[in-house]
Amino acid sequence: MEIKVLKDILSANSQIAEQNRKLLASKRIMTINLMSSPGSGKTTLILRTVEELKSKARIAVIEGDVSSSIDAEKLNRAGIAAIQINTGGACHLDASMVNSALPNLDLDDIDILFIENVGNLICPGGFDLGESLRVVILSTPEGDDKPHKYPLLFTQANALVVNKTDLLPHVWFDLEAFTRVFKGLNQQAALFAVSGLTGDGIEEWGKWVMANLNKRRTLNPAE
Amino acid sequence: MHEMSVTMSLLDLVLGEAAKAGASKIVGVNVVLGQMTGIIDHYVQANFELLSQNTPAEGAALTFRNIPRQARCRNCAHVFQPSDLAWSCPRCQSLEIEITGGNELYVESIEVE
Repeated sequence: MEIKVLKDILSANSQIAEQNRKLLASKRIMTINLMSSPGSGKTTLILRTVEELKSKARIAVIEGDVSSSIDAEKLNRAGIAAIQINTGGACHLDASMVNSALPNLDLDDIDILFIENVGNLICPGGFDLGESLRVVILSTPEGDDKPHKYPLLFTQANALVVNKTDLLPHVWFDLEAFTRVFKGLNQQAALFAVSGLTGDGIEEWGKWVMANLNKRRTLNPAE
Repeated sequence: MHEMSVTMSLLDLVLGEAAKAGASKIVGVNVVLGQMTGIIDHYVQANFELLSQNTPAEGAALTFRNIPRQARCRNCAHVFQPSDLAWSCPRCQSLEIEITGGNELYVESIEVE
């Protein structure tokens, strides 16, 4: 006997993601799912963003890694509330991992929650975590051909941050050509060129983050 | 790469559907798989064989309908399958393209006894 199913294989994950989204919205937290290859500068971008926005917003971080708590410790040392999720081998975070991590954060004391996904340009794209925004980082040494190699992540992004612009003179990365290709694929996304090393471009990125937070606050005013 | 977690979700889903229907054995699973997901069918197949042991889905035949990625040019409306190398419109060479197909990842139906 044949039974029609017509259900998304990841529907269980999507349901938990919706629970996360509701909980975070009820606390008026804007959540950013930060995705990139390993080593492209996710943790550094978070450190820079906190520095840039510390007088304007309370920021906390969920760190996803296959193993170790190096990143969370680095953020804690900088005075940032950060908790570590170890996926134990899984190449991406999923909604239930975030769901288990949320009770360990003081949700009444957060405006912006960064979720630093496992470094990987493929797998995280399939898993909704309940985030408000998806941001992808691409660092210039990775090359400007990545949107076509890993289209899912790039087409889903609300913003793309090109990091390590200080290395542009030394690597094969044509920022202008890249911008045309990326904007062709994803018209809605904002695009930023920054250097985590020098802080160049961080101000503009920080303004975008704050504009999004304020937009959400206006749409969802305090009760 | 993430075939293992996708396969775990797939198995949970089909076991749940079979239980709802009061079926004791799943003999077939029909999956629709879009190329944009990056999921490779034979890895799902191998994982499923492993994970379904000692469940009502053990030995079920997995059938995949693979959907190629599809794009539409925003400049001239031409619909095409982007190659792995170039994603410009083959008709007008525009880079203004929109992905219109290949994101599918769902179970169409199951065969039960």
